[in-house]
Amino acid sequence: MSADTTNEPISSELKSSEAETPSSKLAKFSAAEPLELDSGVKLAPWQIAYETYGELNNDKSNAIMVCHALTGDQYVASTNPITGKQGWWTLMVGPGKPIDTNHYFVICANVLGGCLGTTGPATVDPDTGKAYALNLPVVTIRDMVRSQARLIEHLGIDTLFAVIGGSMGGMQVLQWAASYPEKVFAAIPIAAAARHTSQNIAFHEVGRQAIMADPNWCSGNYIEDGVRPTKGLAIARMAAHVTYMSDESLHQKFGRNLQDRENLTFGFDADFQIESYLRHQGMTFVDRFDANSYLYVTRAMDYFDLAEEFGGSLPNAFRDTKTRFCVMSFTSDWLFPTSESRQVVRALNAAAANVSFVEIDSDRGHDAFLLDVPEMFDTIRGFMTGAANARGLPSPGAKV
Amino acid sequence: MNLAPRQNRPGETRGDHKVVASLVPDGARVLDIGSEDGALLDLLARDRQVDGRGIELSQEGVNRCVARGLSVIQGDADTDLSDYPDEAFDVVILSQTLQATRAPKQVMSELLRIGKQVIVSIPNFAHWRNRAQVLFRGRMPVTKYLPYEWYDTPNIHFCSLRDFVDLCNELDAEVEKAVALSGRGNKIPVNAPWWVWNIVAEQAVFLLKRQD
Repeated sequence: MSADTTNEPISSELKSSEAETPSSKLAKFSAAEPLELDSGVKLAPWQIAYETYGELNNDKSNAIMVCHALTGDQYVASTNPITGKQGWWTLMVGPGKPIDTNHYFVICANVLGGCLGTTGPATVDPDTGKAYALNLPVVTIRDMVRSQARLIEHLGIDTLFAVIGGSMGGMQVLQWAASYPEKVFAAIPIAAAARHTSQNIAFHEVGRQAIMADPNWCSGNYIEDGVRPTKGLAIARMAAHVTYMSDESLHQKFGRNLQDRENLTFGFDADFQIESYLRHQGMTFVDRFDANSYLYVTRAMDYFDLAEEFGGSLPNAFRDTKTRFCVMSFTSDWLFPTSESRQVVRALNAAAANVSFVEIDSDRGHDAFLLDVPEMFDTIRGFMTGAANARGLPSPGAKV
Repeated sequence: MNLAPRQNRPGETRGDHKVVASLVPDGARVLDIGSEDGALLDLLARDRQVDGRGIELSQEGVNRCVARGLSVIQGDADTDLSDYPDEAFDVVILSQTLQATRAPKQVMSELLRIGKQVIVSIPNFAHWRNRAQVLFRGRMPVTKYLPYEWYDTPNIHFCSLRDFVDLCNELDAEVEKAVALSGRGNKIPVNAPWWVWNIVAEQAVFLLKRQD
């Protein structure tokens, strides 16, 4: 997500309170209601922070789960309490939007391992009274989805009309469809993949090493020590941000333009606009994100390999599925390229699943799914209308 | 990609689509290859209550299909049929597309593998107008219904109706039904031997199945 305004500095008290007592809705599960994790650990007590938009209908058939990406949050269509900015997907979710909150009940939860209210490394470990830090078990995409399944159960919702998300959100969508096929009527994984590639893991490792190389990381115990590894986290964000954009979009936005100067300085100041932009991205990111959370959530993505869970066969993940899929990728996305989406589509075809697939022409790179891409919106409107008809829900006025 | 001749006013059902629809059983699982804007799948969903899927080459076409609520993927008959399991569909339809594939014989055998029945419609290169253009003008045929010049045509593997029937025999496919059509897509309402149809039909629709 691009940040165009500088934020006011935020006190660390406010941030730690968002991790513990979020401004959003919160579901708490007691010591007697553990969340069983892939690592074998039973996490308890635990909590999940979420936002909802729109109204749940009487037969509870119009609920849509939005899954957020690596650094997203539950504030998909409402103001983020830390940055004060509007939700990260207001182009997609809202009244009259493709995910129309006039018709659907939209749920978006902070992921497990996150830092805005769902149990994560910044949460206080009840056994020690201190933040979990690295004592939190490593979590997976499947663990995230398990926690969301517990949430909808808590809300009394049996079946989701749709699950939608981009990037890591799309991984969760695929996991939802594989783990709970009977609970997912329609699935929309955007700019996603059924596994994290070696290249993806490599980029994440660079980010994690940047964080761990910051002396203020303190072997993960920075909260206890009252410091923050902001430099390491900012560098991790800078490196990652490059992977979210295409060469073409960087060229169009910045070219080789110089930042507030006429000539090169023959030094290592931010001569180029792209350098200044990345530094800004890094600096604003540390205000809203926890460094240990970044380690945990990137690790969850690295561990994701849906086929492996099903004996190495991706079609097996979707065997006999009744879910309707709409898979989407972008031409200039080199982080989650179309070839990865095609693998998913092939597997769905081999499983004789109901699938639509579009590669959207865009030069904006991986971030395209967050941006104003009319073809993406038209496709989703059409798909949602078809799914609503098949589900017997009143369909929002489709723009066809 | 729309390879089919345009014969209709907007909103009007194409003649070859009507013929195809008449060959599809109610409620069948159908794969339509070369879905274009989804008109045929839409017709089949409406009139035959099929469980329909589509493959379409152009992004624009796919978007239009998905936007009208159809399940269509962007793909290519030459490369993407191998993903489907055997007999995945009751009926597989290939409309006016075979002549544009790189390996028509391989495509045909894939169709016969993944569909219990196969419906193929093809333009007839041996229609008398085409013959006349080659014979009398010494030119590659360009007609109202095959409007491309030789250098920009997507149609790279033309055949006549008789050639197609030969290919079916070679692939052990049984022609259960064949309907000869005029260029406008209307049925030619006569029973005639192949050699007659091979001259007067501008296109034809075949219903095939694998011989056991």
